[in-house]
Amino acid sequence: MNARDRILGKIRNAQANKTLGAIAATDQHTESIASHLANHRRGPLPPPPDSLVACFKERVIKLSSDVLETHDKMEVPALLARYLSERKLPMRGVCWTSLAGLPWRAAGLDMQSRPATNQDMVGVTGTFCAIAETGTLMVLSGAETPATTSLLPETHVAVLDPRRIVATMEDAWELMRKEYKQPPRAVNFISGPSRTADIEQTVTLGAHGPYRVLLILAPH
Amino acid sequence: MQNTSLQFKKQVTIKLADVKLQDALSRLQTRFVEGRSAVIGEIDDLQATRTAAAAIRDRVLNDLEHWLLHFEHQATARGAIVHWAETGDDVNRIVAGIAAQHGVRIATKSKSMVSEECGLNDALELAGVKVMETDLGEYILQLAHEAPSHIVAPVVHKNKEDISDLFAEKHHLPRKTGIAELCREAREVLRPAFLNADMGISGGNFLVAETGSVLIVTNEGNGRLVTTLPRVHVAITGIEKVVPTLEDVTTLVRLLPRSATGQSITNYVSVLTGIKAKEDHDGPEHFHIILLDNGRSSLLGSEMQEMLRCIRCGACMNHCPVYQNIGGHAYGWVYPGPMGSILTPLLGGIEKSPDLPNASTFCGACAAVCPVKIPLPDLLRKLREKQMERGMKSRQETFMLKAWTWLALHPKTYALATRIGVRVMRLMGGKEKLIHSLPGAGGWTDGRDFPAPTGTTFRELYKRGVHK
Repeated sequence: MNARDRILGKIRNAQANKTLGAIAATDQHTESIASHLANHRRGPLPPPPDSLVACFKERVIKLSSDVLETHDKMEVPALLARYLSERKLPMRGVCWTSLAGLPWRAAGLDMQSRPATNQDMVGVTGTFCAIAETGTLMVLSGAETPATTSLLPETHVAVLDPRRIVATMEDAWELMRKEYKQPPRAVNFISGPSRTADIEQTVTLGAHGPYRVLLILAPH
Repeated sequence: MQNTSLQFKKQVTIKLADVKLQDALSRLQTRFVEGRSAVIGEIDDLQATRTAAAAIRDRVLNDLEHWLLHFEHQATARGAIVHWAETGDDVNRIVAGIAAQHGVRIATKSKSMVSEECGLNDALELAGVKVMETDLGEYILQLAHEAPSHIVAPVVHKNKEDISDLFAEKHHLPRKTGIAELCREAREVLRPAFLNADMGISGGNFLVAETGSVLIVTNEGNGRLVTTLPRVHVAITGIEKVVPTLEDVTTLVRLLPRSATGQSITNYVSVLTGIKAKEDHDGPEHFHIILLDNGRSSLLGSEMQEMLRCIRCGACMNHCPVYQNIGGHAYGWVYPGPMGSILTPLLGGIEKSPDLPNASTFCGACAAVCPVKIPLPDLLRKLREKQMERGMKSRQETFMLKAWTWLALHPKTYALATRIGVRVMRLMGGKEKLIHSLPGAGGWTDGRDFPAPTGTTFRELYKRGVHK
């Protein structure tokens, strides 16, 4: 007998006095597990906000992120260029391939479409969707959407279609199930710049991840 | 980690006299206790959410074998390898084996209390693997060769000056004094380790059976780095951490950071499923998930099973008047506070931690804030009953309890004894109406005065009709 069998055996024995021995009951059991998995029943939820976008923006600012808005996605590079130059940040970085077609060069930015390395100071990503309840971005990993872009650079810029803001994380899962057969390797929920409060419980922004997160709302 | 909870009383005396520690603990109280109360109200129906969370945990615990098997099946289907470990030593052996198999020289690690149970770092160093803790708090402790004193804020017992001195000594860089500068220095020292590590080691806050995923909540981003950059990822967690669906885990995530640090959500919630695809640029090629029992299965089906609901938020210790005064190290093992006073005796043997079940005033603050409604004081009481049954109580305590039982069963003698008692105590109180020391209760009166009774018993007052 190996460790797996011994642990599972202990669990079975511990619960033997509680679980019903009959085979019919066991079938029912399996049935109830299967139906729980299929139902995706939700727990108690917050009341839906009046405006998803307004609620989202309010939460995002509370999390110490910055937000900019435009009606035209082609304006994103110009907005970012102004944001970076105001803060004296490098005017170059990396972006996801889906964003490579934006007029970066015209805005004075050198954006390369490749995964981030340790030298890159700005990483621009898209967003699968965003959650109004907590001001959270949902980012999925993939060949065209590397996880390092939102992780290694000191500045993370996320471009987000405001129509992809949902109320809760439960809604985000539903959207993911609709568009993907299974979760990608990494689903990352991002809520503001990385932070730590380990020293004297004092919140300090910029731990091992980005120091700042900029969201640009732009309809796609 | 070595269990030193036999030394509890000695440690308490030292900790109470430690001025720096007392200062640090007061900070925890303001930041975490006030922080929680500021955001917990964001949850629309808190009681219904806590009830739902407890039910999610119970559903799994009542049927743990099935949910573990479902998780294993789903995780394996996505390319992860699931290992089962009965003890901490088994975990160490498994991780060392994985390291050897993949030629690992450097491992980066994000915070894992389960790995503290195992003493994993020492075991890996012995196996020739250099291990770097990357959570800022855990990194500081690794430099200082100390154990965590809190499950969420491991370095709460140290102040900024301690950390400035430590960094200056270990990093050989000019001494920094600002908290932001210290954080920046740690980031710059650790970044090369993240980039060069062959293996990343993490814990797992939850396992999702539906998808075979490991869910990790972090703030610093180190959890993402150790699970994204190295070619091997090892996640270590307890067998009780399974949750059925993504919806179920979302209910728990709604409660966990709010209860723990007073955040509506942690900076990062990462749901990790399987290995990198061929065309992916990042992510581990090998994903090992180690499920540790270490005594947990013995709680199943017992009167202590509710303890396994625990999601390790630390709210019980933040709100505990005992923890607030002595800190985490006094408890002598990985888990302090009320949850530790239950888990340590249950996982490590009740005879090795005789004082822990008694380190509670039964004020009930822990149970009131527990996000999964664990009846912590009830469980502590059950442990005390076990101690009594096994004859583990001191002769004095056993005698006193027996005397009390006899008195309570003889109402007339009881009335006489209390009538004499309150009158003697009134005299002892003198003009101040305070008793400075009571025979047999020195432990109590050493720290405070006992208010003297007025000299009349409740029953006497009742007979006189004072209640009307």
